[in-house]
Formats: sequence, C-alpha cells, structure tokens
Amino acid sequence: MDFIVDIIAKYSLVRILISFSLLIAIIMLNAIVMGYLERKICARIQRRWGPMEVGVQGWMQMFLDGVKLLAKQLIVPREANPFLFRMAPLLCFTPVAMAFAVIPFSESFYAMDLNIGLIYLLAMGSLNVFAILIAGWSSNNKYSLFGALRSVAQNVAYEIPILLSLLAVVLVTTSFNFKEIVAYQSGLLSFWMCQPVAFIIFLVAGCAETNRVPFDLPEAESELTAGYFTEYGGFSFGLFAIAEYGNLFIMSSVATTVFLGGWNGPFGLDFYSGPILGVFWFLLKVFILMLIMIWVRWTYPRVRFDQLMNLSWKYLIPFSLVNLLITAFIVKII
Amino acid sequence: MGTLTTRFSTIQDPDEKHKFLLNMGPQHPCTHGVLRIVLEMDGEYAMGIDPILGYGHRMHEKMAECRQWSGFYPNTGRIDYGGAIPYNHGYCALIERMAGIEVPERAEYIRVITVELNRIASHFLGVGAYVIDLGAFTPILYMFDDREDILDALEDITGSRLTYCHHRVGGVSKDIDDLFIKRTRAIIKNIRSRFDMYDRLVTGNIIFQKRTKDVGIIPVEMARRYGATGPVLRGSGLGFDIRKNEPYSVYPEFDFDIPTGENGDAFDRYMVRMLELEQSLRIIEQALDKLPDGPVMAKVKRVKLQPGDCSFSVEAARGMLTYYLVGDGSNVPYKLKIRVPSYSNLSLLEELCKGSLIADLVSAMGSLDLIIPEIDR
Repeated sequence: MDFIVDIIAKYSLVRILISFSLLIAIIMLNAIVMGYLERKICARIQRRWGPMEVGVQGWMQMFLDGVKLLAKQLIVPREANPFLFRMAPLLCFTPVAMAFAVIPFSESFYAMDLNIGLIYLLAMGSLNVFAILIAGWSSNNKYSLFGALRSVAQNVAYEIPILLSLLAVVLVTTSFNFKEIVAYQSGLLSFWMCQPVAFIIFLVAGCAETNRVPFDLPEAESELTAGYFTEYGGFSFGLFAIAEYGNLFIMSSVATTVFLGGWNGPFGLDFYSGPILGVFWFLLKVFILMLIMIWVRWTYPRVRFDQLMNLSWKYLIPFSLVNLLITAFIVKII
Repeated sequence: MGTLTTRFSTIQDPDEKHKFLLNMGPQHPCTHGVLRIVLEMDGEYAMGIDPILGYGHRMHEKMAECRQWSGFYPNTGRIDYGGAIPYNHGYCALIERMAGIEVPERAEYIRVITVELNRIASHFLGVGAYVIDLGAFTPILYMFDDREDILDALEDITGSRLTYCHHRVGGVSKDIDDLFIKRTRAIIKNIRSRFDMYDRLVTGNIIFQKRTKDVGIIPVEMARRYGATGPVLRGSGLGFDIRKNEPYSVYPEFDFDIPTGENGDAFDRYMVRMLELEQSLRIIEQALDKLPDGPVMAKVKRVKLQPGDCSFSVEAARGMLTYYLVGDGSNVPYKLKIRVPSYSNLSLLEELCKGSLIADLVSAMGSLDLIIPEIDR
C-alpha cells in the first residue's frame, strides 16, 4: 500500500492519469444516475411509472441506453462540415471533464487545488458555448443554427450575473480558492444566509447557463425540434447529454461550495464531518440542488427569448450589481 | 433541404438577401400532425407565412359521392379524430332532417350527453397539446388522466374510444344503463375537483401568462372576416355558439352559458376552453337528471335522399360544423360539402402571425387548436 502511495506522490503523471480516469468515471456515473433519476422523478411528477422493464425499478435502463447509443452508426449529414461536426461533441465534453478537476468533493478528495479554482471553473464552463456554436453551424441545418445563436446570446447574458453574484462572496472571503471559501463557512454561517440575493441570482442564472427549463431555448423542442443537436445521433448525441448533466453537476457543486458550505456537515457540527462524510454531505447538497432543477423543469413552461434576455439584463444584472456594491460597502466598514 | 416551391422562392431583391426560408413541418413537433408551414424568416421574426395543406388528404367528400349515405357514416368520425361525436351527430341529424325522421327524446338526451363528454375530452386534448407547445410537458398527462375516464365511459356504451359510430339515423345504437350514469356522475365530480389544480399548475403560472397574454390577438372584426368559429371566435368576445344561436336537438332545454374572452389573445382562447369544460359538465348533469324513459331508436324505413339540398350545423368542439348535402332521389349523395371549423381558423394564421417571433407563432397556432386532417379531409 505504501508503495502505491509513494509512486503517486513521486510521479505527478501517474497522479494525473489516475485522477483523470476517476473524474471521467464520475462524470459518466453522474450522467447515468442523473438520467435515471430524471426519468424516474419526471415520471412520478406526471403520474407514470418511468422505466420499469430492465432490472428492479428499471435501474439498468440507462446502462443499456448507453450501450444502444454506442452501437449506433454516426451519421454525418451530406452538406455538413464533417470535421467540425465530429469535433463539436468532443469540444462539449472536454471542458466539462477539465472543470471537474477542481471540484472539491471533500477536504482531501479533489484532483487539483488551484488558487484561482473558481475562475478556472467558470472559464471552463463558458467554453461550452463554442461547442454549441460549432455544433449548430456545422450541422448545416437552420434549426441547429437557430439553437446555436440563441445559446450564444443566452450564455453571454447569463455569465455576467453568475460572476457578479459569486464576486459578492469572494469579496468576503478574499480568495478564489475553494478550500478557503469552504473553510470560511465551517461554523454556523453559510453564505446562502448572509448572501441570499446572490444565492437566488446564482441559481436562476445557473439554470439558464446549463440550458434547463424554463430557459432551455437552445433546444426548445416545440419550436426548433431539438435545437443545436438536431442532426446528432448515436454517441455524439450521448456526449451532449453527458456534458449537459456534467454542467448541471458543476453548477450545483459551485453553488454548494460557495453558498451551502461545501463538505461541511449541517449546523457547523464538527463530528459530522470527515473525509468520507464530507463527500457524503457534498454529494447530498449537490443532488438536492439538481433535483430541484429537475422539479422546476417538469413543472414550468418555457420563456420566450426576449423575456429571457429581459430577465438577465433588466433584473438579474442590476440586482447583482447592487448586491455587490452593498457587500463591498459592508466589508469596507467592518 | 431541397427546393421549396412556394410563393416566397421568387424573392430576388438584394435588400431581402438576409431573409431565409424555414420549412416547418410536415413533421415538426408543434404542427400537430401533418401541417407544413413555410416561413420567410428575418432573424427570429416570421415575416411571411405560407401554410401548405394536403398531407392528410383522404378524399372524404368524394367518398361520400361514391357510396350510399349510410356507407359514409363511419367516415364522419374520422374527419376530426379529436372530437368525433359531434361529427356523427351532425351527419345523422342531416339525414333525419332530409328524410323527416322524428328521433325519440331519450335518444336525443343520450346524444347530448355523449357529445358533451366528447367535447370535454377534446378540450383536454387541445389544451394539453397547447401547453406542450409552450414547453411544459406535465399538464397534458394530468389532463389525459381525466380524459381517460371519459374515454372509458364512452367505450362502455359506444364500443370505441376515438372514432365513434354510436349515433344512428333515428336514434342511437345502444341505450345507456345505470352503471354509465353512475360513472358519468363520478367523472363530473372528479373533473370539478381538479379545476383548482389546473388553475394553479397552468392558468396561474406566470410564465404561461407571459407566453399567452397579448400574443396572437384576433379582433372580432378579423375573426368574422375569416369565418372563425368556436373558441377562437368566442375568445375574441363574440358569444356565437350554434347550440344557443341556432338551437338543435334538445339543447334549448338546458341552462348553460357561453363563456367569452375580452382581448382575443391566446390566453382568452385558452380560458374559453377551460370555462367551457364547466358548462359542458352542467349540460351533462342536467341531461342525466332529466333523462326520460322510452325507446332510443325510431322506426326508420329505407331512406331515399330526396332531390334537393339540405344542410345542418352543429357546434363541434372546435367550432361550427356544417354538412351540406345535395340529393338526387337515389340513396347515394350527389354532393356532400363539409364545412369544418379548423379550416377557417387556420386561414387566420397568416394575418395573425405576420412579423411575430417564432415562439409567438407557435403559441398563437397552438391556441387555435387545429386538427390538421380535418382541414385536409
């Protein structure tokens, strides 16, 4: 055992390989678990059973769906740009995998500890736009292009409130490092209590950033058939779905780390935390947030595009700016 | 995409080069079936709208001219599969008017009960599909839950669930029993108890209101110009309903209101449909209370269609349905013209949505509650 630890400590390449294969496993597992939960929960919301055939309560359904997607032929439309068309799903998936590297599952369970973890993660998150734009453009389908254009406008508009609401917290902690942000919340205090406006703005904008209903305009089914991935089938479609759930996980974990106290146990009780329990608390909070997003998705209709833009530019950005100013003022006084 | 042969394809004006054609349908999620719309788009705005019909054409009117009038009867249930019983009713009443057949009172009551049950089922279908157009997938499954009860009840007496053949010239084919009456009363109670939930889930939803209010406004004058009927016309504020304005069957004996909207926007049309559910429930309740005893079928001799013409209008779920029949003395119709409500309601679309966002187009079109095969016939 010591021998293995020695190797991992000595050779950073081994560490990178191990952590990356673990991260990709986590992303895949997350997509499978979330896909299953989404189908089951939306079925319950709609008074259906959901998947029931494969395994007890259909728990193997998502694995078999993955196998089915893998077995499918990759069809490139005749007038599409084949290079970019095949590139887009990978471009969509890679930033997600890279962003997972800095997510702190617990005090000691993370792949990389960056001083600018928060900035790095947001930068990786915004790369998603390029993949969607490339996917929409290279498909040579008008609906795909519509979805891609909408997505770009939407992501640009909603990154600003996300950044501003996170900055309000960073002003207090004076650090972009996830560990320090969480350490700041080790007591009774979590940031959702003293920054409720920023928390709500972050949740709404995060919902829009990950293209979830009611802000799922890039893939608005009844208007654009499927939006930017209309032409994709097989596992390139699967990669988009995995990346979508990965982005959802990233957004929820940022909210958990920054606002909900990360791996800390509830109510600041020390004996509830620890390396293993920390992961448990972290995942619990992340999954509660993701389930709330699922709940919202299967309840609300979709907003219109101008309303979506109005929400960001007229409400979220001014409110988060005011919130930031007030926070700066209070921090200065104290 | 291939070449599009529409009236827009001749646009060569260099100022209009940034415009492009978008082909919606015939297999697009929001066109509910086989409507094809070619849009001339300027960014997200639809500047030109060209509905193309005919993908669900089944030659119903020609089929009527090629067989005995009784042979055409099953077709009537297939014209509008969303709400088929009023179509059966209209055709039977037309033949009865032409041949001068008196229908027993109990049969008329049963007809009204089935028609109104079917109207409720049809409105649930239309409203649920509309909410799906706006992006909410859940309400339609609750509405189908209620619709399922109605279909089960109708299946018991008519034998079918979607395309019915229950009404007959001279009455109805099967009497209703106590079980059906008990069941229908339970359905009425159940649906009434769910109105509150629909109000909270759909009507009161802020996003739903933002998507429907002030979208697709049809002024009364415009609705009249296009001959729009049904909830589309009533949503504009004109309370025109064949059941009141041109009473047929036993409708005069019931007490019910005609709900109307105020602004004529998509929300009003939706509200009219939801309010009509309650009125239909009232009619069914009164019909069950007053249901007389007696036979359900008159003695009908072989019907020959008299030389001359005859027409009959009923209020179908989507508006005014008129059958116009020309007879020549044989038992094969010389000509049968069917005036369906969705056709006039669709013809509004171009004027209604010109220059609107594509999302508003979807919202406005969904609120017209079109059944495309009915338009094509």
